[in-house]
Amino acid sequence: MEAFWRRNSHVEKERHVKANARDYNDKFSYADNHIKTSKYNVFTFLPINLFEQFRRVANVYFLVLLILQIIPEISSLSWFTTIGPLVLVLAITAVKDATDDYFRHKSDQQVNNRQSQVLIRGSLQNEKWMNVRVGDIIKIENSQFVAADILLLCSSEPYGLCYIETAELDGETNLKVRQALTITSDLGDITKLMDFDGEVICEPPNNKLDKFTGTLYWRDNEYPLDNEKMLLRGCVLRNTEWCFGLVIYAGLQTKLMQNCGKTSFKRTSIEKLINTLVLWILAFLICMGVILAIGNTIWESQIGRNFQVFLPWNEFQRSAVFSGFLTFWSYIIILNTVVPISLYVSVEVLRLGHSYFINWDRKMYYSQTDTAAEAHTTTLNEELGQVEFIFSDKTGTLTQNIMVFSKCSINGKTFGDIYNEYDQKVEITEKTACVDFSFNPLCDRRFKFYDSNLVEAIKLEDLAVQEFFRLLALCHTVMPEEKSEGNLVYQAQSPDEGALVTAARNFGFVFRARTPETITLCEMGRAVTYQLLAKLDFNNERKRMSVIVRNPEGQIKLYSKGADTIIFDSLDPSNEDLMYTTSEHLDEFAREGLRTLALAYKDLDEEDFDVWMKKLLFASTVIENREKQLADLYKEIEQGLRLLGATAIEDKLQEGVPETIARLSLADIKIWVLTGDKRETAMKIGYSCNMLPDDMSEVFVISKHTVQEVQQELRSAKEHILGLSRVSSTGDVEKTNMFVVDSVFEETIIAEYALVINGHSLAHALEPQLEHVLLDLACLCKTVICCRVTPLQKAQVVELVKRHKGAVTLAIGDGANDVSMIKTAHIGVGISGQEGMQAVLASDYSFAQFRYLQRLLLVHGRWSYFRMCNFLRYFFYKNFAFTLVNFWYGFFCGFSAQTVYDQWFITLFNSVYTSLPVLAMGLFDQDVNDQNSLRYPCLYKPGQQNLLFNKRQFFLCMLQGIGTSFLLFFIPYGAFSVMVKEDGSNFSDQQTLAVTIATSLVIVVSVQIGLDIHYWTAVNHLFIWGSLTVYFAILFAMQSNGIFGIFPSIFPFIGTARNCLSEKSVWLVILLTTVVCVVPGLVVSFLRADLFPTLTDKVRHQQLRKREGPQEQNLRRVRRTSSGRSAKAFSHQQGFGELITSGKNMRMNTVPSVSSPGRTPHSSTWIENVLKRKNRVSCANDESTGGPENSEIAKQTPKQQHTD
Amino acid sequence: MGKAKVKSGPLARRPDNSAFKQQRLPAWSPMLTANTVLPFFYFMAAICMLLGVWLLLTVQSTQEMKLDYTEAGSCNLCYQKRQNASNAAQSCTCKVMFSIQKAFKGDVFFYYGLKNFHQNLRRYMDSRDDGQMVGRKRNLKNPSSYCQPFDKDQTGVPIAPCGAVANSIFNDSFTLSYHQPGSSPVRIPLLRRGITWYTDENVKFRNPKTENLTLAEVFKDTAPPLYWQKPVYELDPDDPTNNGFINEDLIIWMREAAFPNFKKLYGVLNRADEVFAKGLPAGNYTIDINYNFPVQYFRGRKEVVLTTLTWFGGQNHFLPVAYLVTSSLILLLAVVLTVIWWKFGKAGKNMQE
Repeated sequence: MEAFWRRNSHVEKERHVKANARDYNDKFSYADNHIKTSKYNVFTFLPINLFEQFRRVANVYFLVLLILQIIPEISSLSWFTTIGPLVLVLAITAVKDATDDYFRHKSDQQVNNRQSQVLIRGSLQNEKWMNVRVGDIIKIENSQFVAADILLLCSSEPYGLCYIETAELDGETNLKVRQALTITSDLGDITKLMDFDGEVICEPPNNKLDKFTGTLYWRDNEYPLDNEKMLLRGCVLRNTEWCFGLVIYAGLQTKLMQNCGKTSFKRTSIEKLINTLVLWILAFLICMGVILAIGNTIWESQIGRNFQVFLPWNEFQRSAVFSGFLTFWSYIIILNTVVPISLYVSVEVLRLGHSYFINWDRKMYYSQTDTAAEAHTTTLNEELGQVEFIFSDKTGTLTQNIMVFSKCSINGKTFGDIYNEYDQKVEITEKTACVDFSFNPLCDRRFKFYDSNLVEAIKLEDLAVQEFFRLLALCHTVMPEEKSEGNLVYQAQSPDEGALVTAARNFGFVFRARTPETITLCEMGRAVTYQLLAKLDFNNERKRMSVIVRNPEGQIKLYSKGADTIIFDSLDPSNEDLMYTTSEHLDEFAREGLRTLALAYKDLDEEDFDVWMKKLLFASTVIENREKQLADLYKEIEQGLRLLGATAIEDKLQEGVPETIARLSLADIKIWVLTGDKRETAMKIGYSCNMLPDDMSEVFVISKHTVQEVQQELRSAKEHILGLSRVSSTGDVEKTNMFVVDSVFEETIIAEYALVINGHSLAHALEPQLEHVLLDLACLCKTVICCRVTPLQKAQVVELVKRHKGAVTLAIGDGANDVSMIKTAHIGVGISGQEGMQAVLASDYSFAQFRYLQRLLLVHGRWSYFRMCNFLRYFFYKNFAFTLVNFWYGFFCGFSAQTVYDQWFITLFNSVYTSLPVLAMGLFDQDVNDQNSLRYPCLYKPGQQNLLFNKRQFFLCMLQGIGTSFLLFFIPYGAFSVMVKEDGSNFSDQQTLAVTIATSLVIVVSVQIGLDIHYWTAVNHLFIWGSLTVYFAILFAMQSNGIFGIFPSIFPFIGTARNCLSEKSVWLVILLTTVVCVVPGLVVSFLRADLFPTLTDKVRHQQLRKREGPQEQNLRRVRRTSSGRSAKAFSHQQGFGELITSGKNMRMNTVPSVSSPGRTPHSSTWIENVLKRKNRVSCANDESTGGPENSEIAKQTPKQQHTD
Repeated sequence: MGKAKVKSGPLARRPDNSAFKQQRLPAWSPMLTANTVLPFFYFMAAICMLLGVWLLLTVQSTQEMKLDYTEAGSCNLCYQKRQNASNAAQSCTCKVMFSIQKAFKGDVFFYYGLKNFHQNLRRYMDSRDDGQMVGRKRNLKNPSSYCQPFDKDQTGVPIAPCGAVANSIFNDSFTLSYHQPGSSPVRIPLLRRGITWYTDENVKFRNPKTENLTLAEVFKDTAPPLYWQKPVYELDPDDPTNNGFINEDLIIWMREAAFPNFKKLYGVLNRADEVFAKGLPAGNYTIDINYNFPVQYFRGRKEVVLTTLTWFGGQNHFLPVAYLVTSSLILLLAVVLTVIWWKFGKAGKNMQE
C-alpha cells in the first residue's frame, strides 16, 4: 500500500482524466474508489501482528529469556516459568487486535458497498462505491452522498446549478452553490453524456479543500476549471433533483481522505514510561547480574576452588571467571521477575475493564438518540486523566447547530423575555408555557416563543411590528418548498436566515413562494404578492442585504437587514432616539451571546428609483471595476433608512456546555475552539460558552493575509501581554528576547486574554518561523479560537501543541472535517448521533453530548489514571520485593544462582497468588467518588502534572520493594541460623527457609495492598482473602504425599509446609517480618496525609464525614431540571476575574497547595477559593451533576420528548 | 459492540443500572487518620514488647554448650591426618573433654555443626535424585543426570545414593561419657532413631521394594558413593531397620542446610537411665570422636552442640531481641508521630479546605 502511494506521488505531476475512456485512464493506475482503514487481512494477520507485538521491548525480553532458559548450563529455572505466560500474553493481545480490525473491516465494507449510478456502455448502472473509477461519469440524486471528487457536468437545475451541503467536509451546514461549465450544462441526457469525451488535465491529488485548478479540453477548446465546479466526496446534494459528474479523484486520493491524516498507533505516556522503566530495570538487572557474577568469580577462586572435593567443576569449566560468566546468565534468569510478564497482560485487562465502565456509564447515555458512550480503543484510558489541551469543533459539538429566533426589539421595545408579577425576569425552562400559534394554520409547530406580548402586538395590528415581520419574510434568499398544502419547508443558505423566516412565518407573515420576479406572502391569512425589483445581495464587506419590492398598493419599498453598525450608519437622522434605545437592546442581546441583526426600511420614490435602476443596469454591464461601482450604487440607495428594530438569534448550545467548559477550565484544561465557521459566529459562541467573558482584558484578533503582517500582529499581541504583566509585576520594563517566554512570566500573567485567529492567518502562523510565536501567544491566552480553518489546519494546530508543549491533547468533534484532528490528537472523541459517522469511526471515544466530556475526563479519566498509577506502583513494589530476596541469598550461597523459592512458587506468584487482588484494585479502586470528582475539578491536576506515577515514584516504590526484600530475607536469616524444631530436629534447611520466606512475602504483599486500597468492595475482599487461601491450598497440595508419589523429582518439597507451618517459631518469624515490612510505609503515608494532605485527602475526609453525619446537605439541594437556557443563567454568574484583580485572594502560603506543588501557588489558592464560593453560593455543580440524570428521567415520557 | 442486544425499544441501548456497572458497589473506604493509626502503633508496640519479654525469659531458661573440636585436644592429630586425602581409609579417633557447670534439665539434644560448608550451592543441591531415594528401581540403576559426576563410578556401575550431597555425607561419630565423681565414666545413652521429620522418614525416603530380598541383594548392582567407606545398606551396623535410604543420618544430611554454617541433630539423650532422668547433671564429660570428615579443604570448622529446648525451638536469642528492638522502634515512632500530630496536624486541621 505504502509503496503504491509513494510511486504515485512520485510520478504524478499532473493528472489526465478522459471521460468515458476507462482504458485510457487505466494507464495511469489512479487509486480506485475503494477505501481501506483496516490493518490486516486473514493472511497477513499473524506475521504483521506478531511483528507489531515483538516491537514491544517486553516481549523481546521474554523471548530472550526463554532462549536462555533452554541452555542447560545456565538454566536456573525451568522453561515453563516463562513460556506459558508469554504465549498467554501474545494470544490475548492478538485476539484483541483481531476484533478491533474486524470492526474496521466492517465499517470499510459498509462505505465501499454504498450504491451509486455509473454511466457504463450507454446506460446507467448501479455500482458499488468501490467500483467507481476515475474517468467515470456518475449520477447523483437529491440527498445522496457524493461518492468521489467529481467535476460537475450538468444538473436538473437551470444553468447547471446545483446545491450541496458540505457539513462532512468543513462543518458548515449552509447550502453552497456549484455551477457547471456552460458548455457542459446542457449535456443532461444519457446519449449526450455518452458522447462526451472531454479530457481534464489537473493538479495531482492534494488536501486543499478550497482549491482546484485544471483545464477541460473538449472539441478543441480549453475551459478553465476551478473549485466552483467540483463536488467533493462527502458532500450531500440538496435541492437538486440530480446531477452528473466526472470522477476526477477517487478513494484515498479524494480531498476528504487526504485530509484524514494518517492512522497511527496511539500510545499513552504511561505506556511509554513503562517501556522506559522496563529498560531501566533491565539495566538494573544487568548490574545485579554483574555484581553477582563478580561475586561468583571471587567466591569460586577463594572458596569454591577448595570445595571441589565435594563439588567438582564442570569439565568444560576451566576457570572461576568462566563460572562467573555462566552465573551472570543464570542470575539474569532468576531475577527476570523484576519485569514481570504479567504486567503487560494486567495493564491490558485493566484498560479493557475501564473501557467497559465507560460503555456502561448511564450518566453518559443520551436517551433522546439512544446513544451510550463508547470506548473504541482500549489503550488510552489512563491518558484521559492527563489531558491538558482540548481542541473542540464548534458546529454540532458545542452547539446543536439549531438557530432559534429568541428575542427582538421592535420600535424601541424588546420582546422575548418574560417577567413575573414583581417585574423580575423569569428564567425560561422547559416548563415555561410557550405562545400559542394556533391562530395561524401555516405555523411551524417546532417553533417556540415564550413572550405573548409580541403576539398581542401582532393581533393589535401594530404597524411597526407588522413591517418588522414583513421585512423578515421578504428580505432573504431562502427557497421555499411546499410538499403538500400548508406543509412548508425552507431551504436556507444559512440557518440564521431560516430561523428569521420561520419566525416571520409563525407570527403571521408566511413566506410561501418565490419566482425570480415575485415573492408571495401570506400576511395574516391574506395572500399578498410583492414584485421583487432588486436584490442587493449580502457580502462580507457590505455586511447587509436589501431588497426593493413593490407592494400590491404600488408603493416601492426598500427593506434592509444587516450588522447593527452598518445599518446605524445609514439611518435617517430623525431616528436617533430609537437608534440609541435599540443599540442598548443590541448590547444586551450581545451580552447574552445572541447573534443580532438590525432591520430598517425606506419608502422609495418612483422616479428616484427609476433613475437609480437605470444606473444599476448600466453598471452591471460594465466590465471594469464592476464590483465597486455596484457597491457604490447600493450604498447610494441604502441611505436615509428608518429603523425598525433588531433581531436576536440564539445559536443553541448543547445542554450543559458552559458548565462543562467552566469546570474543565477549573481543572486547568485549556480549551481551544477550532471551527470552519466565520469569525463572528465563532466569537459569538465564545461569548455564550463563557469562554470570552465580559471582563476579559483583551481579545486579540489575528486576521491579516501576509506573513509579515501576521507576524507583526502576533508579536505586538505578545508584547502587549508581557509588557503589561511585567509592568504590573516588577515595575520596570526590560526588553528580553521575545522568542523565549520565561515560564515565570507565564505564571505571573493574571489578566485574561483571548486570541482569535483566522484560517488564512493561521496558515502563515503555522509556518516554522512563526509557530513558536503563535504557540507562546496562544498559551498566554486563556481562550483560543481559530476560525475558518481547514481540517488539515486543525490537525496542524493539534500537532503543534503536541510537539512543542509535550502535553496530552484531546480533540473532540462530530464531522468528517474533524477526523484529521481526532486522529492527530492523543485522544480523539467523536460526538455521535449526528448525521455523519466519520468522526465517530475515527475516534477513540464517542458519546452523544459535549457535556459528557467532563464525566469522561474528570471521572473516568481521573479514575483510570489513578488506578493505573496505583496498580503500577504496587506492581513494581511487589516484584522487587519478590525477586530481590534471591539477590541477598546470593551472598550466602556462594553466588551460585540458587533460588530461595520453590520453582512452582516462582511460576505462580505473579499469575496466581498476587494477580487478582491487584487487578481488583486497578479495576475498582476509587479515592474519591464521582460526584466529588466533578465537584472538585482541581482533583484532576495531579494527572496533568504526572504526579502519581513518574520516575520518582518508581524509584520510591523500587526502594520500598528493595527494603522489603532485604527484611524478608534477613529476618528469617537471623532466626534460622540458630533455629531448630520443637522436637529438636533439623530445621535450618533451605526448603523450610523457602516456605517461610514465601509465606511471609505473600502475607506482606497482601497486607500492603490492603493498605493501598481506598475502596474495599466485596470483590476486593474476595480476591485478597481468596488469594491467601489459594496460596495455602496450593502450597499444601504441591507438598503433599500424593503428588510427590507421582513426580518425586518435580515436587521435592514434600512435607515442608506441614513441618514448617506447624512450628510456632515460624509464625513468630512471619509476624515479625510482616510488622517490620509494613510499618515504615504506614508511617510515611500517615505523615504525608497528616502533614501535607493533598486535595484528594481532604475531599476523602469530607466524603467520609458526610457519610457519617446527617445528610442535611442533600436535603437542602434543590434539583432543577437543566435546559439549554441554563447556559444564560450561568453566564450571569460572577466570574472569578474580579477576585483576581481585587487581589483579595492573593494570600501567600495559606493552605499548602499540594495539588500543584511549586507550580502555581497563586492559582491553586484562588481556584480553591472559587470552588469554595461556588459550593457555598449555589451548589451549581451539584445540580448539574444531578442534572443530566434528572433530565434523562424527565425525557422518558414521550410527551415531553416531543415538546423538546 | 458485536453483541446482539435482546432489548428493543427507544431505550434499547441504555446501560443497566446495576451497582457494578455504575461503579457504585457498596464499599468500605478506610482512611489513615490519627484515630486509627496511632492506637494501632501503640498496640503493635505493646504486643511486640510482650512477646519479646516472654521469649527472652524463655530463652534465659535454656542451656547450651558448644564445643569446637576441629583441632581441639587430641583431635589435632586427626586434623593433620585428614589433610592428606590418601589417608582417607585410615581411621582416627580422638577425645575431647569438657565440663558442665550447671545441670541441663529436661531433654538434651546433641548436634554436630559445620561451619563454612556450602550445602546450598545450586549445583550441589541439584546433585541428587529424589526418584532414586524414594525407591524407584529404574532410578536406582539409572541415576538422574543431575547427579553427575557422582552418578556412576569409574567402571560405570550406578552409584546409590547418587549425587554430590550423599557423597559428601558427614561421617564423624561420637560417644559421650559422663565422669561421675569418684567412679568410672558412664557412657551416655543417645537415641539415634526418630530424629528426622516424619514425612522424610516415611514418604520422601524409601528403600526399593525388597520382595523378600535382603537389602544387600537389592543394592547388588550398585556402588556406594565414592567417598563412602561402607555401602548404604550397612550404614547402621546396630539396627538393621536403619539401613539403606532410610538411614536417619543420611536423611538428615540430605535435607540441605540453607546457610553455610549449620548444625544437624545427631541424637537425643535417652532419659531412661536414672542418672540422666532429669537431664545432664553438672560435671565433667568426654566425647570420643571417630574423626573422619575432612574440613581443612574448605577452611571449615566442626563442632558439637548440647542444648535444651523451649517451646519455640532451641536457644534462639535472635527472636526475642528482634521483637524487643522492633517494639521499642515502633513505640518511638508512635511517640514521635503523636507529637507531630499534636503539634501540626491535630484534629484534621489540615483537612480544612
